[in-house]
Amino acid sequence: MATQQSRSAARLMMAPAVILLLGWMLVPLTMTLYFSFKTYLPLRGGDLGWAGFENYTRFVSSSSFWPAVQTTLVIVVGVLIITVCLGILLAILLDQPMWGQGIVRILVIAPFFVMPTVSALVWKNMFMDPTNGLLAHLWRFFGAEPVQWLSQASMPSLIMIVSWQWLPFATLILLTAIQSLDSEQLEAAEMDGAPVIKRFWYIILPHLGRAITIVILIQTIFLLAIFAEIFVTTGGAFGTRTLSYLIFQRVLESQNVGLGSAGGVYAIILANIVAAFLMRIVGKNLDA
Amino acid sequence: MARSVTNQRKTINTIAAWAVGLLIFFPILWTILTSFKTEGQAIADPPVWFFFDWTLENYAVVQERSDYMRYLWNSIIIAGGSTVLGVIIAIPAAWSMAFVPSKRTKDILLWMLSTKMLPAVGVLYPIYLLFIKLGLLDSRFGLVIVLMLINLPIIVWMLYTYFREIPGEILEAARMDGATLKEEILYVLTPMAVPGIASTLLLNVILAWNEAFWTLNLTAANAAPLTAFIASYSSPEGLFYAKLSAASVMAIAPILILGWFSQKQLVRGLTFGAVK
Repeated sequence: MATQQSRSAARLMMAPAVILLLGWMLVPLTMTLYFSFKTYLPLRGGDLGWAGFENYTRFVSSSSFWPAVQTTLVIVVGVLIITVCLGILLAILLDQPMWGQGIVRILVIAPFFVMPTVSALVWKNMFMDPTNGLLAHLWRFFGAEPVQWLSQASMPSLIMIVSWQWLPFATLILLTAIQSLDSEQLEAAEMDGAPVIKRFWYIILPHLGRAITIVILIQTIFLLAIFAEIFVTTGGAFGTRTLSYLIFQRVLESQNVGLGSAGGVYAIILANIVAAFLMRIVGKNLDA
Repeated sequence: MARSVTNQRKTINTIAAWAVGLLIFFPILWTILTSFKTEGQAIADPPVWFFFDWTLENYAVVQERSDYMRYLWNSIIIAGGSTVLGVIIAIPAAWSMAFVPSKRTKDILLWMLSTKMLPAVGVLYPIYLLFIKLGLLDSRFGLVIVLMLINLPIIVWMLYTYFREIPGEILEAARMDGATLKEEILYVLTPMAVPGIASTLLLNVILAWNEAFWTLNLTAANAAPLTAFIASYSSPEGLFYAKLSAASVMAIAPILILGWFSQKQLVRGLTFGAVK
């Protein structure tokens, strides 16, 4: 169908986007790789020679590495469980016939459009502040001692803030998937006397399988990289230092670029493993 | 066949859904309400809900003290500029992938997507260093470029999924009638693609507006957009709830309104066409 001429034109039209992205990927990546094998301390003399694999072993053996891995996993898994489970329930609820469905949908989706620094700050000060926060008022109303959310319960608080931001995303995608479910199948099951739980387990859940996988993969990629929420609330203190935050601190705060870059290479490898799964699903969809 | 639903069940659904919806929306609602209170009312215990002396004072103070308009302007330039630039670069690429697909098209698309997965923190220092060397640190132009590159894969993908829905026969007919490639794109394809392009613009403005890694790390005073403006309220100003709320409302209002128009595109754009 396509002529030779249109083919070469097509290649030419693709070129700017491809070249730009290639540069965006290769240049910083090569530099990160290069720095990771260097002793590089911009504030203490700059490039101090080759370091071999020392940065890689030091990054992994430092006392903050495993806690950071643990924190990262707890946040990612915690937020995923909350958003996917609540997302499924919410999607089913929003799919039911009701009055004002459009408005409810808007209310539920809204947090996704709030910039991360705003949601972190609003939660931190107006809700979780131990003296004037709304939750402190609520606790006192019931005669309880207000909780120092971000220091005593730092991880649950952070997970709660991030879940609030991502629940709309999960809900919206799962709702879209549910709406494509053939309602006759459900009706037939209902007439055959299948109880709600069975209808959910054998019809709705399998139908949502792919959408759930996609939600999990996309959220994992974004959750591995959350930054502003930690930056604004705890600054990495109280056990909330994730792997990406640790790298950020090594590179920009303590200016140990070699060490931070080695950490960056680990982060890139980790993200690529997750991404490979996502690519498979998206790729399959392309053929369809 | 539509299922007949009893009014009773519909009422229960409605109450449950509205309760959950309002609960989720509550932090935003509370922020909006607080922004119209005085500082004293903002921390009152028990909290005041709707019956207080509504005031616009906080908005005036925020603008006056921290020069809101400058940050807003930076946000508009950075989000708008990066998106428009991205779309201009992506249209030809998406066009050729959708209408002149080759064996490698799928690989190129997936590869583009994979660049999006690159963790920002892994390339933070190189970009930081390049920005210093090129004099781009704390400049709007630098951020426009970075955000354009971050969102380019999503833009190409979204446009590609929209373009693919345009029937190829129409283009062939135009070609038969002797339209050149340029005419084909300008007069045949573009008008049909406008809705898709508009949705792409909308979603990517939202994403760029809320981006909070590069905007926080690559700006200081000059080019800082609203994400950095709010982060500067972290403390101690953050304890003035009414002013914090006013600043927050001003930062999120434009995007909240745009976002409500883009719900449908959101799903397609963020799942790379895998869920429609």
